[in-house]
Amino acid sequence: MNENTNATEQRVPDGLADAGRRSFLGSAAGIGAAAVAPGVVLHTVANAAPRTTPVDDSHRWGMLVDTAKCAEGCSACVDACEVENGLDLQDMPEDADPIKWENQRATWIRKVKLQDNQSGRVTNLPLMCQHCEHPPCVDVCPTGASFKRADGIVMVDRHICIGCRYCMMACPYKARSFIHEVVERKLTRAPRGKGCVESCNLCAHRLDDGEISTACADACAAEGHQAIIFGDLKDPNGPLRKALGETSNRQIRQDLGLNTGVRYANL
Amino acid sequence: MLSSILTRITARGGRIAFGLAGALLALAVQAEDVGGYVLQGSKAAELDSCVEDTRVMRRRHFELIKHQRDVTVYGGIRSTKHSLSGCVSCHVVHGPDGQPVPIHDDGQFCEACHAYAAVHMNCFDCHATVPVGEAWNRAQSAAHVSKHRAALAQVADESPHAVSREEDSPR
Repeated sequence: MNENTNATEQRVPDGLADAGRRSFLGSAAGIGAAAVAPGVVLHTVANAAPRTTPVDDSHRWGMLVDTAKCAEGCSACVDACEVENGLDLQDMPEDADPIKWENQRATWIRKVKLQDNQSGRVTNLPLMCQHCEHPPCVDVCPTGASFKRADGIVMVDRHICIGCRYCMMACPYKARSFIHEVVERKLTRAPRGKGCVESCNLCAHRLDDGEISTACADACAAEGHQAIIFGDLKDPNGPLRKALGETSNRQIRQDLGLNTGVRYANL
Repeated sequence: MLSSILTRITARGGRIAFGLAGALLALAVQAEDVGGYVLQGSKAAELDSCVEDTRVMRRRHFELIKHQRDVTVYGGIRSTKHSLSGCVSCHVVHGPDGQPVPIHDDGQFCEACHAYAAVHMNCFDCHATVPVGEAWNRAQSAAHVSKHRAALAQVADESPHAVSREEDSPR
């Protein structure tokens, strides 16, 4: 009880300070946006039409996740991903055990909490498909269904996926999910069916429509955390390369030499 | 004697010829009947033809869809006219409650003709059977953006592209 009271008392000034900082950041962001607006508009108009030519390797899409900004207990990125990709439309089978279902239902992003047992330092981060340059899931796929698109997005061609789940075994990040049951409700932009493996595709439908954003990054920004920066790893002047250059960052399981497209700062 | 046999053969030949002609006529009538699966109330019913000539669509729609599928999955091109979501959004009808009726329900466009032709299709094991969530969730994203990035939202709303996309969303 006492602890709770203390926590609340601490939180009030904290929240006020936060609010002040946010409003400052908000106004700063507004100025920034106004300053870059002409450039942004030009960029958007040039690329905003649905694509008519196949993707090529002039882009490689990726992300930088700043774990210092990733808030404990926040699931905005996960929730936005679920809505964007129709994952929230999965129905639990009537005879299923809710705990097992929670483990088995498809999820593209997981919030992971790490604790260093020696120092006690806690780190929160969203973990999704890391979009490796050398993806182990593609190496092991017996049918060629698991593939890397020319722009670096690792995807499953579910038309030829046989559901063997080798890729799930091979993935060091536990990023892939298997659809165990018939899916009744699905979105046009996110087909989904029993017997296939799937994972994060960096909101490829958005990119293909010329929108350079992902649902998780948008949601994180909307929450005011700005922990996820999405962009083009090959654009030397883009926001992602800028952020990567400014912040010390690393890949998860860098030792595997997979050259992931998703990087983490303060990890 | 001979002439009577000849007469009989000719008569039989006539009967056969007549019978054949009748059968062909029946087939022709039947072929016309097969075309009747476009349902009134769907967008498709108001158009003269599908994205290709009707005869081409009847014979080759699956090849077109299959080709488009690879173009979309590997090339990221979703906007071309042979997309499956285009089939659904154009051929779907709306029930009395205003809700779209799944395209693979009994009597609906896809199912009715495939049932007639005894061809099993598994497109809709995975693909949506009603037009829902075609582009990315623009409304939700706009809400996010307007909440915290008012300046950017203003830019997005003013760009002519944002308007045109909402209009031509069914592809």
